[in-house]
Amino acid sequence: MKRAALVVLLLVPLSLAIGLWAGPVTLSPAELWDGLRHPYADSAAIVRDLRLPRVLLAFLVGGSLSVVGASLQALLRNPLADPYLLGLSGGAGLGAVLAIALNPEWPWAVPAAAFAGAAGAVALVYRLSVVAGRRLDPRVLLLAGVVVGSFAGAIMTTVVSLTEAAELRRAFLWLLGGFGGASWSALIIFSAYAAVPLLVLLLSGRTLDLLALGEESAKHLGADVERNKRIVYIATSLLTAASVAVCGIVGFVGLVVPHAVRRIWTPMHRQLLPAVFFVGGAFLVLADGLARTIVRPLELPVGAVTAIVGVPLFALLLRRNYT
Amino acid sequence: MILAARDLAVRYPGIATRALDGVSFRVEPRRLVAVAGPNGSGKTTLVNAMLGLVPLERGTSLLDGKPVAEWRRGSLAKVVGVVPQREEVVFPLTVTQTVMLGRYPHLGPLAPIGYHDREATLRALRRCDIEPIAERRVDTLSGGEWQRVRLARALAQQPRILVLDEPTASLDVRHEMQLFELVRALVTDGLAGLVVTHELNLAARFADRIVLLDRGKVVADGAPAEVLRREILTEVFGWPVAVTTWRDGSPQVIPLRVGEAAPD
Repeated sequence: MKRAALVVLLLVPLSLAIGLWAGPVTLSPAELWDGLRHPYADSAAIVRDLRLPRVLLAFLVGGSLSVVGASLQALLRNPLADPYLLGLSGGAGLGAVLAIALNPEWPWAVPAAAFAGAAGAVALVYRLSVVAGRRLDPRVLLLAGVVVGSFAGAIMTTVVSLTEAAELRRAFLWLLGGFGGASWSALIIFSAYAAVPLLVLLLSGRTLDLLALGEESAKHLGADVERNKRIVYIATSLLTAASVAVCGIVGFVGLVVPHAVRRIWTPMHRQLLPAVFFVGGAFLVLADGLARTIVRPLELPVGAVTAIVGVPLFALLLRRNYT
Repeated sequence: MILAARDLAVRYPGIATRALDGVSFRVEPRRLVAVAGPNGSGKTTLVNAMLGLVPLERGTSLLDGKPVAEWRRGSLAKVVGVVPQREEVVFPLTVTQTVMLGRYPHLGPLAPIGYHDREATLRALRRCDIEPIAERRVDTLSGGEWQRVRLARALAQQPRILVLDEPTASLDVRHEMQLFELVRALVTDGLAGLVVTHELNLAARFADRIVLLDRGKVVADGAPAEVLRREILTEVFGWPVAVTTWRDGSPQVIPLRVGEAAPD
C-alpha cells in the first residue's frame, strides 16, 4: 500500500518532466530548466507558452477522465463503463462537427459547441432515464446513453459526409482527441470549471463504495441512493463535457486506468479516486508526449496513442491477474 | 428498540391485487420472528415495506415509535442491520473491507476509520467466525462463507435490530444450521431479530414466533406450534403435509408424497 503510493507520487513529477522534454524541438535538460526558470531564456517560449500549459492540461484531463471512469463504473456497477458511455461523446462530437462545418470566426466556437452538444446529450439521457424509470436506473441510463449516442452519431455522420475534405479531416482529428490547441487560457478555463465536480467526486469515495454494492444494499448501509446517484451523474457529466471541450474525445484512459489501479492497488474508492487521478494524469501526459514525438514533425491524435500503448499494457495486466 | 408493522398495505403499480394487505406485527428485543409463506406471498415486500423501501398504500411502520419514513437512511442504518436476499458482487473487496462497510453509517464522508471502527469490525469478524478468511477476496468464498460475511457486515453496523431475508437459501445443512444458531445467539444476547425464510422446520426450532403470509395477508401468527398446523399449511402451500413434534417440542413439517396418507 505504502509502496504503491510512493510509485504514484514518483510517477507524477517524472511524467511531467518527460512531457515537458518531449516535442518536435529537442531541448537539453539544461535548456528545459532555464526555460522554466527564466522568462527571457531562449527556450522559454517553447517551455512556458507551449509545453507547460499543454502538459498541465493533459495531466488534469487525464486525471479527471480517470476519476469519472472510476465513478461511473461504481454508479452503473459496470466495469466496462467509461466517461463517454452515456451518449456524451456522440453529443460532443455532433456539436464540434457542426461548428467545424459552419466554420465560424470565433476561436472558441468548437470547444463551446462540443460542450453544448455534450451537455445536451447528457440532459436528454437523463430525461429519458427519468421518464422510463422515475429514477436513475443504471440499466435504463445505459440504454438511453447508447440510444442518444447512436442518434447523435448518425447525424454527425450525415453532417461529415456533406462537408469539404479539409473540414472533414479537421473534424476527424478533433474526434480522436488532442492537446494541439492547449494554451494557458484553456488550462485556466478547464481548471476553474473542473474544480467543483472533481472535488465532489473525490469526496464521494464512501458513497461510491456503497453504490457499487447495488442500490438495495447501499440503502441498508445508510446511503441516500437517489440523491447520491444524481450528484455523481451530474458531476461526471460536467467533468467529461469540460474535458471534451478542451481536447476532444480521448478514449481509453477513463476505462483502463481505474481498472488497473483497482486491480493493482485497492477497490476502495476513497483511495482509488485520488490514485486514479494521479495515474490517469501521468498516463495522458506520457501518451501526449509520445503523440507529438514519434512521427514528428507531425502529430498523432492522443486518443490513438492511449489505445495503442494502453491495450497491450492492459492485456498484460489481465494475464498477470487471471493466471 | 421495537420495529412495528401496523396494518401495512402495498400495491405495485399495474397489479390489481395488493402485494401486502393489512399486515401487523412487532419485532422486539431478544425475540426472533420468522416470516414464512409460499413464493410470491409478499415476504420480501413486507421487509421492504417495514424498512421504508417501498411506498405504502396504507398503514405505518414504526421504529422506536417513529414512522420509518421519517427516519433518515443514515440514522436508520445505525440501528437496523439488514442482510438482503440477493447481492451480486461486481467489484470484489476483501472480507475485512466488506465488513468495514458496515461502519459507514457511523462515519461521515471524510472521517477517518478509527479505533472504534476497527474494533467493531474485528468483533463482527470473530462473532461470525470469519477472522481466518479476513484477507480473502469475497469472490473466492463459498456460499456459506459469503452469507456470514454479509451478516458480519450487518453486525459491524452495531444494530439493535437484525433483519435477514432468506439467509439460508441454497446453503447446505451445516451452513444453514450454523447461520441459524448464530442468529439465535445474537438475538438471545439482546438483538431483535426478523428472518424471512422458506425453512419451516428451522423457523419452528429457532423462532419465538412465526408470521405466516399468503397472498399478502397474515393467515396465522403465533408460536411455531400454533402456526405450523397441518390444515393451515396444506391450505396455504397447496400441498398435503404432515406435522410431527420433535423432542424439544417444536413442530416439524413433512410434505407428503402423492397418494401418501397423512398419519393421524
